[in-house]
Amino acid sequence: MIRLIPRAQPSKAMIFLSPLLALTLTAVTAFFIFAFILTDIKVSSVFYTLFVEPLIDTYYISELLVKAAPLIMIALGLSIGFRAGVWNIGAEGQYVIGGITGGAVGLYFYNVEGFWLIPLMSLAAILGGMFYAGIAAFLKNKYQVNEILVTLMLTYVAVLFLSAMLQGPMRNPSGFNFPESRPFHDGALLPIIWQGTRLNVGLIIAVILSFVTWLGIKKHLSGLQIKITGSAPRAAKFAGFDDKKTIWFALLISGGVAGLAGLFEVIGPAGQITPGLPQFYGFTAIIVAFMSRLHPIAIIFSALLIALTYIGGENVQIYFNLPSSITNIFQGMLLFYFLACDVLIQYKIVFIKTIRQKL
Amino acid sequence: MKYQLEIQNITKSYGNLKANDEISLNIKPASIHALLGENGAGKSTLVKVIYGSLQPDSGQMQWCGEGYSPKSPFDAREQGIAMVFQHFSLFDSLTVAENIILGLDDISLDTDFTEQITKYSKQYGLDINPQQVVGDLSVGARQRVEIIRCLMQNPKLLIMDEPTSVLTPQEVTDLFITLRKLAEDGCAILYISHKLEEVRQICTQATILRGGKLVQNCNPQDYNKQELAEMMIGKKLIQLARSNITTGQDIFSINNLGRKSEDIFGVDLHDISLTIKKGSIVGIAGVAGNGQDELMELLIGEVEAPAESLVFKDEDIGRLNSHQRRQLSMFFIPEERLGHGAVPDMGLHENMLLSRPQQSEMTNYGVINWQNVEKLTQQVIDDFKVQTQSSKMLAKSLSGGNLQKFMVGRELIQNPELLIVSQPTWGVDAGSENNIHQSLIALADQGSAILIISQDLDEILTLCEQIHVLSEGSLSAAVDMKDNGLAKISNLMVGSEKQ
Repeated sequence: MIRLIPRAQPSKAMIFLSPLLALTLTAVTAFFIFAFILTDIKVSSVFYTLFVEPLIDTYYISELLVKAAPLIMIALGLSIGFRAGVWNIGAEGQYVIGGITGGAVGLYFYNVEGFWLIPLMSLAAILGGMFYAGIAAFLKNKYQVNEILVTLMLTYVAVLFLSAMLQGPMRNPSGFNFPESRPFHDGALLPIIWQGTRLNVGLIIAVILSFVTWLGIKKHLSGLQIKITGSAPRAAKFAGFDDKKTIWFALLISGGVAGLAGLFEVIGPAGQITPGLPQFYGFTAIIVAFMSRLHPIAIIFSALLIALTYIGGENVQIYFNLPSSITNIFQGMLLFYFLACDVLIQYKIVFIKTIRQKL
Repeated sequence: MKYQLEIQNITKSYGNLKANDEISLNIKPASIHALLGENGAGKSTLVKVIYGSLQPDSGQMQWCGEGYSPKSPFDAREQGIAMVFQHFSLFDSLTVAENIILGLDDISLDTDFTEQITKYSKQYGLDINPQQVVGDLSVGARQRVEIIRCLMQNPKLLIMDEPTSVLTPQEVTDLFITLRKLAEDGCAILYISHKLEEVRQICTQATILRGGKLVQNCNPQDYNKQELAEMMIGKKLIQLARSNITTGQDIFSINNLGRKSEDIFGVDLHDISLTIKKGSIVGIAGVAGNGQDELMELLIGEVEAPAESLVFKDEDIGRLNSHQRRQLSMFFIPEERLGHGAVPDMGLHENMLLSRPQQSEMTNYGVINWQNVEKLTQQVIDDFKVQTQSSKMLAKSLSGGNLQKFMVGRELIQNPELLIVSQPTWGVDAGSENNIHQSLIALADQGSAILIISQDLDEILTLCEQIHVLSEGSLSAAVDMKDNGLAKISNLMVGSEKQ
């Protein structure tokens, strides 16, 4: 019989080995899936297109980083909430609202130049996202309404609100009635950091935010407060931490960062607000956050890995006519194996002889 | 047949740890035999071997003079060995009779169970109504259900694991009457306990274990409590005594505190009042589930109380949260260790920060100085002899006694003017209990006030000068311990006498 026995201390080696183990298991499982469904294509060439090509071609590398940036930002905010046991599932909605409010400021100051413009738009985006997540915090604290439901349902409201705005006040006056905003003028677009690609300063800000969050969690009482509230609510009360404040804090931070990520999408790779703004980053970031064990630095790596499944998944669609669900299968498998293997950090596997039980 | 059960040189190891090392003991028929030892002494392992849930690595057992090696509890029950566990396995929503039937290995449906239950109930003074739903029963009554369930199998040996830990003094007295009768009727009893006074009262044989080894087989009535305890822990116990009880002016008072419980299984508190003087130790006795948890939440500040219902150093503190109260030098040790007083999945050093001054060497405007936190944690570990590999060990990896010592140390290192502690030695071994009691007395001797809420009456009687009883959410006035104080407390505990 196999049994899991708790370790006295988390295994240091397993903290690093478990992601590698998870990756190996994902690759092995993927191999069998492909071997089973592919008839006239070689499995090795699909693997090459999926995992190797995006890492050796400069265009794909830049696109990988473009996709990783919003995932990092949103996952950072979510990870803070998840640590506290506050389940913000609707980052997608906050991301869309942030894109709208931040973008609206940019459109209001159309063709106005100034160093203050992007910071002002960012502020508007953060406030928009905070407001949207704050609704859930208010309802939870005041009426004990489940934040999972509120944030999730508000996502659909946000998407509809986006389309209402693009059909109405935000529609490009010279855009042939397409439901799209004006393209932002150069002063409102994020500076490109890798010439010839779409990679912008958003990535740098995402990485800086990761380190700031890491320091905050490690060095400040609020990090401890969040962790304790999530894992032992009664102990949090014993310590005198106010659980309502923790809920506000967690939702406002995750909403604000998601809003900023939304703005960075519209004034980054998109260049305008379009109905295509919601791209499931808000949901995928949940996978990113959990794959990284909610660790702010590890989020960078898991975001890159998930971005790779996006890029690789698109490529096999194009080259081999495989369905787009390939991406989802990979993301699902990765999360599944990462969570499963992480058990080995806290537990060890022991084989024991069975004891005969007669009833 | 000389012995009911003979155990020879039983050894059982888990990895490198010898939980039982060459243990021998003999249980006479119709005797009450005590198995004494601290947590981790190997009592449970030995009992599991006897009851068939574990197989020994080596050694033999004889049952009624014949070889006996049970492969499962089923074998043990077939031979006539029954066991009442510390944690009952009863279904709350079923009646007493249904629960008893469910526990039987062989059921013949034509038996009239109600009649049999009533028979045993009368014969052994086990007051129980077979048709009552178990969920409505007190802990003592539930234990009686478990005992009857065992008796249905006509056991020759009844194993009882810490049977009195949850009972009131009156219930303990009743239980002893039952046990003595059972023994007279020919059923041997193996009585596992660490309550030495009880063992001396009821047992004629005792086996003392320590660290997996047999210390002695003896008659407990030949020794006094102190001697038995020292055999159990292997070192001298320090006699507990207040060196100077000098109480000063009032430091803390509870004034007409009431609370409606939000939980349907909770207890409402009614009009609780209490005053504590500097330098005194005040005890609140009572059976669990009479409002202790509800009161503790209000005292810690996890639930808000009316401002003026709690007064500390002339300041109304009812509305303050626990952290704000700590800044006035009030500190707390809750009953529940994992999940309340400590976070199971965090290291001791992180748990250190649960109870902290606003600004100190540990934190500065919210920024944590981990170096100092670890230093202070190490100091608690050293001063209070917490056995742990490092200050970063997860709280859940420590034994109950060690974690309790850490929690006591964490609060005492802050030199509280008032310490409120619930069940300070719950599930703690005798050596640690002695240490914790000493620390509390030392604190009071310095002039601090202590409020102890405990179900362990011995503990309250040893430590406290002023004793109140909490029953059904009401607190008695201080009990006058002159002329038959113990009987008064016992009556108040079961709620038969309101003051």
